[in-house]
Amino acid sequence: MTNIPAAQTIKDSSMLKQKEMITGNYSKLETAAADGRKVVATFVPGNLNELIMCFDMLNNLPEINAIQNGMRKKTGGYIMEAEKRGHSEDVCTYVKADLGMIAKGNIGPDGQKLPDPDLLLLSYTGCFTFMKWFELLREQYKCETAMLHVPYQGDGQVTQNMVSYVVKQIREEVIPKLERVSGVKFDIDRLRENLARSARAEEDLVWVLESAKAKPSPIDAYFGGVYYIGPIFTAFRGTEDAVEYYRLLRAEIGERLARGQGPVTPAGDMPSERYRLVVEGPPNWTSFRDFWKMFYEEGAVVVASTYSKVGGLYDLGFRHDPDRPLESLAEYCLGCYTNRNLPARIDLIEKYMDEYQADGLLINSIKSCNSFSAGQLLVLREIERRTGKPGAFIESDLVDPRYFSPANIKNRLESYFQMVDQRRAGGKSAARAA
Amino acid sequence: MSTTTTEIIARCQALFDDLNFTYAREWKAAAPGRIVVGYMPFYVPRELIHAAGGLPLGVLGGGEQLEVIQGDAYYQSYICRIPRSTIELGVTNRLDFVDAMLFPSICDVIRNLSGMWKIMFPKVRSRYFDVPQNYRDDVGGEFYIHELNELRDMLAEASGRPVSDDAIRVSIALYNENRALVREVYAFRARQPWQAPSAEVYLLMRAGMIVAVEEHSRMLREYLAAAVAENRPRRDNSRVVVTGAFCEQPPLNLIKSIELSGCYIVDDDFMLVNRWERSDVAEEGDPIANLADAYLHNSNDTSAKYEPDQAKKGLYLVEAVKRTRAEGVIFASPSFCDPALLERPMLQHVLAAHDIPYIAFKYAENSGQMQPIREQAGTFADSIKLWSNP
Repeated sequence: MTNIPAAQTIKDSSMLKQKEMITGNYSKLETAAADGRKVVATFVPGNLNELIMCFDMLNNLPEINAIQNGMRKKTGGYIMEAEKRGHSEDVCTYVKADLGMIAKGNIGPDGQKLPDPDLLLLSYTGCFTFMKWFELLREQYKCETAMLHVPYQGDGQVTQNMVSYVVKQIREEVIPKLERVSGVKFDIDRLRENLARSARAEEDLVWVLESAKAKPSPIDAYFGGVYYIGPIFTAFRGTEDAVEYYRLLRAEIGERLARGQGPVTPAGDMPSERYRLVVEGPPNWTSFRDFWKMFYEEGAVVVASTYSKVGGLYDLGFRHDPDRPLESLAEYCLGCYTNRNLPARIDLIEKYMDEYQADGLLINSIKSCNSFSAGQLLVLREIERRTGKPGAFIESDLVDPRYFSPANIKNRLESYFQMVDQRRAGGKSAARAA
Repeated sequence: MSTTTTEIIARCQALFDDLNFTYAREWKAAAPGRIVVGYMPFYVPRELIHAAGGLPLGVLGGGEQLEVIQGDAYYQSYICRIPRSTIELGVTNRLDFVDAMLFPSICDVIRNLSGMWKIMFPKVRSRYFDVPQNYRDDVGGEFYIHELNELRDMLAEASGRPVSDDAIRVSIALYNENRALVREVYAFRARQPWQAPSAEVYLLMRAGMIVAVEEHSRMLREYLAAAVAENRPRRDNSRVVVTGAFCEQPPLNLIKSIELSGCYIVDDDFMLVNRWERSDVAEEGDPIANLADAYLHNSNDTSAKYEPDQAKKGLYLVEAVKRTRAEGVIFASPSFCDPALLERPMLQHVLAAHDIPYIAFKYAENSGQMQPIREQAGTFADSIKLWSNP
């Protein structure tokens, strides 16, 4: 009992640290012009944060703005604004939330005006929509642009041709543009230092994510996981802040693990773990807390998720490597989850089902995101066939509140949990009969 | 006796209607060692398939005739129809003679379908065919040459014989001839659209997705000769470019409805692969390098391709309007089509800046109700006649 306040302090430290980092980045963005800082807008999967840092540029991530606005219930209005301006109701709501925000004055999630980017850096990784989003932003900002085309792992592997192509683009297209816009000369040793810090943080992140193999799991790898991946997926990979954040987080989770505690939820510690799930697909952001509640109220813990691999897949062994700086950046971009072909995604989920001793697979299929969603019904079938464990399929959206139907999702989840119970009961009776 | 347009188009219609692909089955059975390679929109280098002794078979979904039953079980309601009807073609054994399938880099749905194909049809060679979004010879060009060589190796494996440089050169020459004829048909229609109704041109181009290139070139020649010779009534229609329909195809009735409502279609992007290269691919020298060069520097624009220069964004559509003396643009896009629908506002801004009128609607390959389309296109045609500058 005497240790509980200490654990509370450690937990608070990591959360406070992250909050301070995010707030700090938004503050820097807001004062970028006054401070003479250049700003690059880029996307999460395949981002080149360590490289951007070499040029003292600030990193603004449109997806993160959309997520933050979604959690603050602002995106519904932004999406409607974009649709009024001719954007189809059928396309990605991250894009429309971003364009709607720009149309309404480009006021960021924290209520301050975001700066126009000096450079648009498109890492075209795992998602076709990024390319169009980037072109739409370019139309708005009319600024310098750099395109990094990352080939898709169509045959489920990274080839030398792919790595060489990405490295050449980084060396001959991206770096010269970063130099030109920032006025800072590229220093590869600085990049190596940043990459070394990334690898340290990645090591701790993987440890945290893999702690969910324990029973009970000390973390929720989806709802909690989105917080854990925050720093490393965004503007902080390669920073000392990220190293510190993951060190604190690892210590916090280590203590929970040692005590046999379950995950922290918005309602406090989860008292008992009844269901262990693997989740495929991004969460809904506009009703994030309500969505999470549907799980923790039932004692359902997500022990592994694919969404927490969308901005970098580290648990298969990849680490940024200071000895191979550009190659390592290329391999990172090529290895992000949605850049893997469907068979490779299914293999990964099957591995998670096995290694994390999951009771089943839940797919949250996102209307906006064809990169994730197209083929998910086959993913479900394949996983059920290979593991014999039940799967469930729900539908929602990223940041469009019109596509989150709580009653339907709750009903579906409750039925699913009953199915898991029945499957377990069936298994026990079969064992007794044998 | 020369062939009439009616006879040619009747043959094209029969090919279009045949979802068992009898022509391709018979072509394959006619000689040992032949392979059939299916491909989806928007582009694959068909020359390599031909050089491997193969028949490139355009797989453009199931159209309006195919009842999709099993295919729907693989897709959510918010995903377009072409992947579900393509799966339906696969699971109902309509493509069971196809030796390999190619899935070009057009969007996330088709990209993911490439992986689904590997799982669902493991005996069929399937490949996601990537193309560069970087157009420098020493960067994107080198990557693409490597990709082309990997495809060449896969085709050689499928056909059981090497694909020689000489064979590729011969194929390039045949496709150059074919593309020149395609361009000629399009130019003819743009000059005299009443002589080459769009439904006919569509079916003629669609035949090129199925029949051997040599035969398609003959059909094109015959059609041009027959269309010139016929005397058809000229209507006071507005001239329009149709854009956005480069993947999932509109129902044939939709194309007919646009013309019936008072619009001559003078350019379109229905089957880009037929005229992807703007002029001939070089026939001398390294044929793989020539194909790469054509893609990088001499290919058409579409939303699946990155435009590095903001100043040039969408100008291809303005140029198409000017080249064909069109008076407006119809954005006809499949529902849930990311490339077409994300691109649309940018293209519309460019058209507005050039004072070119446009309308937009969506369709699915099995859309059945044409009255709203007819009303919208008819109103557009009338507005052009009434309000546009002479």
